[in-house]
Amino acid sequence: MDYLLETSRIGISFPGVKALSGIDFRLKAGEVHALMGQNGAGKSTLLKILSGVYRQDEGRIFLKGREVNFSSPTEAQHSGISTVHQEINLIPTLSVAENLFLGIQPRTSSGRLDWKKIHRDSENILSRLDLRIDVSEQLNSYSTAIRQFVAIARSLLFSADVLILDEPTSSLDKDEAAKLFAVIRGLKRDGLGIIFVTHFLDQMYEISDRATVLRNGEMIGCFEAAGLSRMDLITAMVGDAQAARAENEPSKRRARTSQAPGDERILEASGLSRSGAIEPIDLSIGKGEVIGLAGLLGSGRSETARILFGIDAPDKGDVRICGSRLKPCSPIDAIMAGMGFCPEDRKTEGIIGNLSVRENIILALQASRGLRRMLGREEQAAIAGKFIEALSIKTSSAEEAVKNLSGGNQQKVIIARWLASNLRVLILDEPTRGIDVASKSEMQNLILSLADQGLGVLFISSELDEVARCCGRAAVLRDRRKIGELSGDELSPDGIMRMIAGGESAA
Amino acid sequence: MRAPNIKARHVPIIATVVVFGLLYAAASMHFRNFFSLRVFANLFTDNAFMGIVAVGMTFAVLSGGIDLSVGSVVACTGIIMSKLITQHGFDPFLTAAMLLAAGTLFGTIMGCFIAFYDLPPFIVTLAGMFFARGSSQIISLESIPLKSDVLTAVAKFGIPMSARVRFPFAAIVLVASVLAGTWIAQFTKFGRNVYAIGDSEQSAVMMGLPVRRTKIGIYALSGFFASLGGVIYTLYTSAGYSLSGMGLELDAIASVVIGGTLLSGGVGYLPGTLLGVLIQGVIKTAIIFDGTLNSWWTKIIIGSLLFIFILLQTWIAKSARFRRSGP
Amino acid sequence: MRQKLPDVLRSPYFWSLLFLAALLIFNILFTERFGVIEVRDGHFYGNIMDILRRSVPTVLLGTGMTLVIATGGIDLSVGAVIAVSGAIGALLARDGYPLPVIIALPLAAALISGVWNGFLVAKIGIQPFVATLILMVSGRGIAQLLCGGQIIKFSDPSFEYISAGFILGFPFSMYLAAAVLAAVQTVTRKTALGLFIESIGVNPAASRCVGINATSIKLIVYAFSGLCAGIAGLLLTTEIRGADANNVGLNLEMDAILATVIGGTAMTGGKFYLAGSVIGALIIQTLTTTILARGVTRPATLVVKAIVVISISLIQSSVFRSQLSGLLAGRGGRA
Repeated sequence: MDYLLETSRIGISFPGVKALSGIDFRLKAGEVHALMGQNGAGKSTLLKILSGVYRQDEGRIFLKGREVNFSSPTEAQHSGISTVHQEINLIPTLSVAENLFLGIQPRTSSGRLDWKKIHRDSENILSRLDLRIDVSEQLNSYSTAIRQFVAIARSLLFSADVLILDEPTSSLDKDEAAKLFAVIRGLKRDGLGIIFVTHFLDQMYEISDRATVLRNGEMIGCFEAAGLSRMDLITAMVGDAQAARAENEPSKRRARTSQAPGDERILEASGLSRSGAIEPIDLSIGKGEVIGLAGLLGSGRSETARILFGIDAPDKGDVRICGSRLKPCSPIDAIMAGMGFCPEDRKTEGIIGNLSVRENIILALQASRGLRRMLGREEQAAIAGKFIEALSIKTSSAEEAVKNLSGGNQQKVIIARWLASNLRVLILDEPTRGIDVASKSEMQNLILSLADQGLGVLFISSELDEVARCCGRAAVLRDRRKIGELSGDELSPDGIMRMIAGGESAA
Repeated sequence: MRAPNIKARHVPIIATVVVFGLLYAAASMHFRNFFSLRVFANLFTDNAFMGIVAVGMTFAVLSGGIDLSVGSVVACTGIIMSKLITQHGFDPFLTAAMLLAAGTLFGTIMGCFIAFYDLPPFIVTLAGMFFARGSSQIISLESIPLKSDVLTAVAKFGIPMSARVRFPFAAIVLVASVLAGTWIAQFTKFGRNVYAIGDSEQSAVMMGLPVRRTKIGIYALSGFFASLGGVIYTLYTSAGYSLSGMGLELDAIASVVIGGTLLSGGVGYLPGTLLGVLIQGVIKTAIIFDGTLNSWWTKIIIGSLLFIFILLQTWIAKSARFRRSGP
Repeated sequence: MRQKLPDVLRSPYFWSLLFLAALLIFNILFTERFGVIEVRDGHFYGNIMDILRRSVPTVLLGTGMTLVIATGGIDLSVGAVIAVSGAIGALLARDGYPLPVIIALPLAAALISGVWNGFLVAKIGIQPFVATLILMVSGRGIAQLLCGGQIIKFSDPSFEYISAGFILGFPFSMYLAAAVLAAVQTVTRKTALGLFIESIGVNPAASRCVGINATSIKLIVYAFSGLCAGIAGLLLTTEIRGADANNVGLNLEMDAILATVIGGTAMTGGKFYLAGSVIGALIIQTLTTTILARGVTRPATLVVKAIVVISISLIQSSVFRSQLSGLLAGRGGRA
């Protein structure tokens, strides 16, 4: 009876898979409760059950002691469970005020929507979150962080008892995250129970009171955050054997890659700029080098990658591969010259979901061969088979639709796609985002071994320790400008942070 | 509802107003007697049924859908109405009310297929178009005259605008429909949900909006306005004919697009649709005034106008995207 | 509730083939003389031949439409393009131009119409629905303008061979459709065109990132769809030995879209099934012929067509399938 939200032996299955079983999740009022686990551990499935998207096959849910059974997200919301999803679910072309009150608009006595009250209340509710913006402006004229706050503010309107935040910080910078945490603490004082899902261990420790860890659809345990060591947490998330590897291996390898930067320049960019995206930037990548591009979100990392690869056109500057100049804004030209690009947004720009693994792998090669010189079916199968084995891609067959693979394996398919064409330099934008700890280290090792074979790699990541571990040298960006390069011992998470912060005081 | 400054999303509707103004002014200067109260009133009357149908269509388009069945529903309504009243002596008002209910029900059924089975609106309403057209042809291949003194009186009713010109019943219904549509779009939860679904259906679901109910409502509303258009058309032509309203859905869609609503959904205003209808009306009237131009010029000019408006919308969408990715 | 249907039931061709077979069996059993094929003057005649011959325009349009829909587009203008190519062909035939000119000019006009659509969609980035709506609305106006609002009559036996000619007992138009189909099948599967079309249909942004030039692919498919409409236009015009700009090919774009969707190609784009579209076209024509052969009035065709469209769409909808497999799984499962 002490618990705000309690589940008893919850389970659910999907075709051929037991996604969750025997989950006893308990949330107290006035606590921040982290939900931890690798990808595929069952976190999002549990969230979807709690927020009424799925209905459990077995087990029961109690909210404030009363048994509940939600048949839709609406029902859960009206019962007091509000969810803010990772991909912010709001309507971009409507105003901020309207987004807050959509579906729950106050009406005047004559029955029409009371727009005055909607605007007034919107300003009030946002000021509670310390946010003062023009609420009549379209939502899409504001930044992701503001949209995130609007989404949270909206959920508060439903007199929520339970607030579920699914990876709320994944696209926020440090200041914004700090602001978010302040808001969360305030809500916690108001007596809300907050379920907080994150991949960042630091944030878990910073904000959570307790943590429930899931693994392979089962509950490993519920721990007091204060008494839980990092090692124990990782062990709980990944299991004993893998934990050791995840913690130790990549850092061991870094030493080796940083010592042998090749002399041969594969990629050279000079004075590359695009207004609103990046100030003129120079970059060079040598044979066998892994070069990092570090910086906070919005610092121009992805924008630079997109210009290099020819997705967006540069205003000025040029890109050379092995000395020859690329046509701007032409991915196919970049590909023919030997460039490959794994975009940040795997789903919308990376995989071609309904096509098979085989087709996804041969697509870039085929595109560079052109329409007429079609690869034969056997040839395609051989290439696909080779890379499925080489990168140990887990799939039932080469003919499986790529959308049915896990995130990490999809990422490998995209890398395989580039390896299959004549690759010289590979741009990786957040290649390890949203994939679990074990796959992460596997991915890092893969990248390092590719560099060992003579490939140039541009490595973009929000996780500074990952940059420090994998790269021999890193360019640091801030406010759409390259502020310096770090290598050797200076290249550490602290070093990068200092450089970013140092630039700040100078400005 | 406050519009302190001109925003990108207002540009299409402003363009619509400007085009209407220019066309109307040009026609008035070019043709004697064009700038008269009578021509202005006729603009509303002649296009009343199309405008009424276009009001319903606007909701479908705003939600990112389409309703291809409207033309056939107009024909079907007309033929049933004429048959029941003229041949079976049904009460005119009761018949009209019943037909409005039937049209709404027809739309509701299509909406159910779209909402519950995730079928594309294009296909479902295309089937609806076949169904309604086939049904009206089964009922009668011949044109059936509408004989009802009461209805003739209603059709003749009008609000006097000057000594000789009245604003007739059909035009009143058109204006009322646009006002009602505008009210629904701006001042009801249903209306706002339509916009939300049109912009991002997935978000609308996750925000807990009643997406299915709204979708069904949209096609029910479109069915209602289509049958209302049918009733007005029948009043106006005093007959029901199974082949009437052929291609009406295209004219209605063209009105909606020329009226500044984005076919991808989420952006648009009901009064714009009325202007879209009137623009088409001005073109048709001008061609009649000219006397030497043939009716096919209407199609060609409307096609060209569509082209211009769509170019404009595309350009605005691109510049908006550019601004969003900017600083 | 979440079991999958057996593989064969999930094949894109299964339901449409089953439906076509059921229609044919029904006809052979209950419609008098349906299955009979007669030989007159060395030519085959009969209901089945009739279905094959009459479905040719829809098959032609459906072939182009399938590729367009696979890229995530739609081509509403084909009916209007039929009117334009028919009008040009009829005018040239009336004025006694040589056959190559009568054939080439209308096809060139149709190709240009297709390129225009492709240009609007691929280059300017207009939604396919609206882009092709422009030509759909104005195309018939242009055709009427060309004909001066008249029905243009002509008599040119060599031109009329397209619809009236026979080779080895079968109508020439069937060979024409078969040739177009074979060509498309070869081009899409022996070159990378098919793969690129599907890739663009599934995920345009990602396709750009792998270096596929969507602009040229889309130009190709819309131009091809226009060309198909042009061929169909010549066929329909020679059938009535005249150009009727108002009525020729009316609503045929809808039949082509239906044939494609019935054939299993999703309107959202992606994987496409040419054979499916042919089956779809045959279903549509078989329905019409069945109803006429059974002495039911023509209007009923439309109603039956509506019901068939909804049923086949339902069977292909995943929601309906899961409901169905829920029923198949019996009451043992959860509700």
